[in-house]
Amino acid sequence: MALLQISEPGQSPDPHQRRFAVGIDLGTTHSLVAAMRNGVAECLPDAAGRVILPSAVRYLGEGRRQIGQEALEQQAQDPENTIVSVKRFMGRALRDIAERKQLPYHFEDSEGMLGLHTRDGLKSPVEVSAEILATLRFRAEDTFNDDLFGAVITVPAYFDDAQRQATKDAAKLAGLNVLRLINEPTAAAIAYGLDNASEGLYAVYDLGGGTFDISLLRLSRGVFEVVATGGDSALGGDDFDRALADWALAQAGRSISSAHDKRAVLVAARAAKEALSNQSNVWLRSPLDEGDLAVELTREQFEVLAKPLVDRTLSAVKRVLRDAKLKVGDVQGTVMVGGSTRMPCVQSAVGDLFGQTPLTNLNPDEVVALGAAIQANQLAGNAANGDILLLDVIPLSLGLETMGGLVERIIERNATIPVAKAQDFTTFKDGQTAMALHVVQGERELVADCRSLARFELRGIPPMVAGAARIRVTFQVDADGLLSVFAKETVSGVEAKIVVKPSYGLSDDQIATMLRDSFATAETDMKARALRESQVEAERMRLATRSALEADGDLLAPDELEAIEALLTALSQVEAGEDNAAIDTAVEALAKGTEAFAAERMNRGIRQALTGRNVEQI
Amino acid sequence: MKLDDDDFALFDLPRSFAQDRASIDQRWKALQSEVHPDRFAAEGAVSQRLAMQWAVRVNEAHRRLRDPLARAAYLCELLGAPINAENNTAMPASFLMEQMEWREALDEATGVAEVEALDDEVLQREHALQQHIGVLLDEQNDAAAASAEVRALMFITRFREDINRRLEQLES
Repeated sequence: MALLQISEPGQSPDPHQRRFAVGIDLGTTHSLVAAMRNGVAECLPDAAGRVILPSAVRYLGEGRRQIGQEALEQQAQDPENTIVSVKRFMGRALRDIAERKQLPYHFEDSEGMLGLHTRDGLKSPVEVSAEILATLRFRAEDTFNDDLFGAVITVPAYFDDAQRQATKDAAKLAGLNVLRLINEPTAAAIAYGLDNASEGLYAVYDLGGGTFDISLLRLSRGVFEVVATGGDSALGGDDFDRALADWALAQAGRSISSAHDKRAVLVAARAAKEALSNQSNVWLRSPLDEGDLAVELTREQFEVLAKPLVDRTLSAVKRVLRDAKLKVGDVQGTVMVGGSTRMPCVQSAVGDLFGQTPLTNLNPDEVVALGAAIQANQLAGNAANGDILLLDVIPLSLGLETMGGLVERIIERNATIPVAKAQDFTTFKDGQTAMALHVVQGERELVADCRSLARFELRGIPPMVAGAARIRVTFQVDADGLLSVFAKETVSGVEAKIVVKPSYGLSDDQIATMLRDSFATAETDMKARALRESQVEAERMRLATRSALEADGDLLAPDELEAIEALLTALSQVEAGEDNAAIDTAVEALAKGTEAFAAERMNRGIRQALTGRNVEQI
Repeated sequence: MKLDDDDFALFDLPRSFAQDRASIDQRWKALQSEVHPDRFAAEGAVSQRLAMQWAVRVNEAHRRLRDPLARAAYLCELLGAPINAENNTAMPASFLMEQMEWREALDEATGVAEVEALDDEVLQREHALQQHIGVLLDEQNDAAAASAEVRALMFITRFREDINRRLEQLES
């Protein structure tokens, strides 16, 4: 149903109506923003011509901060206040961070997500990420000298619900309208597939700074179908740096404790690792408080250190193939994404496993942002006929705790999203009037081994004998991969509902408070902005309804048509005014009033889709 | 075309067990191209909600149609012979014997080759059962008999999952 499609098929909307949308790769080590310009996706540079923004935020005190390269350069001097690789903390509690002792930060172990003490006070990983996102948003708005319609933000395919929710919260905090969260390997496949006009089964091996993803995709005529995905959301280039740093310290018989030394040796390890991609041996040198560290190492030595980590990625690849019931021989090509795939030992290990040289013809740092930009342009409604469709999956199974701490799986991993599934449960005690629901994510049998996402209670169940109540629990995962859970006692009709975000995410109130305090919106007059947004929405809705009526008005009875016309008239009467609430109400009324019409149009669209296929087959 | 049409009607496929996987996938993609929420990302909440409902429904039908076991069970239910697996656990003694022998073989297997050999044997039984279910449903219109065979197929499918878990352990 193209109820709101403004242009005729084959035509792009009028340039004045083009909505400016970007793709953002919010990475562990660095972040990028890309947009479509003259029909081509491009990464946008900052004023100094750099497209890569290091994912580093340094708090200077009194609300001042440095973001990106400037922050990165100071990290060894001011490690406690310079937050790097914050993505590894998103949606995580302190106990989840295996390497916390090696990191120079002052963590706050709060219930839910951890916090970081800086000289500017306690910062949540969501706030730190929002600084990076806002910087990219300003860069994009400066480039186009226009407000952003929205953004597609990429996340690792293996991110769980808490990590996805945290990312979406960070985007909201940065004042971005999130068109969609999409998975990084899928974004890479879009950029890659469209560039190479590929068809068939492809593996995307994405080893970034802090996360590893492997996705198998089937590409056919613009449809990008994810067959299976897997990975490790705590495995990336950082881990190679740490292994190398530990080794170098052991070689030199040194131990370190200060925040400065911890950061300095990690910086030196990363530099040595990068140098070894082009050289066969290097010196790892780091100035430390008690005398400089200098250790020589060869590529062979490094590869011995790297092997356990590379092997972990290969196990994940094999598991995904097994999940998909496919063999390495079925895979037509392997796409390498992420800066860490520059390591020669990674390329050769992946090449050996698949029996073919991996494809590296697109810049592994940029390809994710480029794919996101293509999808953002399409979601904004700019690509009238350049239809691509993503059919992505959920990476980890979702379930409920049952008796004895066991997990009852409701939605299996690799189910195509959006997806909803219901399961019936019952009471186990006579007269039981409440039921506690514990939502978990993971593949293990025991609740204790899975990630806890949320707990909530269904109360007010009328007293019945054990086993008589019928409690239907519905899990729903939307197109962003985010979960909502509903519970209903079907005999009495008692209901409870939760959008899963309490234990790890921020509440809407917290976000609203942060937004008010945030620099991201401080310069804008919020009220004027809200009015303008309402007016744009009203115009869009009015134009869309008009074009829907032109295309499919024949579906309506005369009185139905009249009712919609009346709603359109009502909207145009308030549209030009200053009354924000009145405009919103009229838009809402029009939306409601066209709901049945929209459903009819969708049915017609489906019938046409099927007929189209039939004709093609004959 | 309505949300509560059955899976076969929704995908415009004949109501039979025998299906071509390629056409199921093709219909699935054609339908998702029309209804996926991404098609309405720039539109209002109402369109989004409708699209979400449709996309969820299309994915549900796809999951059921592409999986022979789920498809057979669904077809039996549509034809008035629901599986009722929880209340209907009685199986022929010979079938249960075979199951026990297989489970013992899996427990005693020591290497990947042995487990894979067992898997091959079970896979052949699975295919034979599927074929029989196809005959019962598509040729003899005997949903009740098919329903009993679907229950047997459920045992075998579950056993193959155990075999796969074992293989995963042995290979890692």
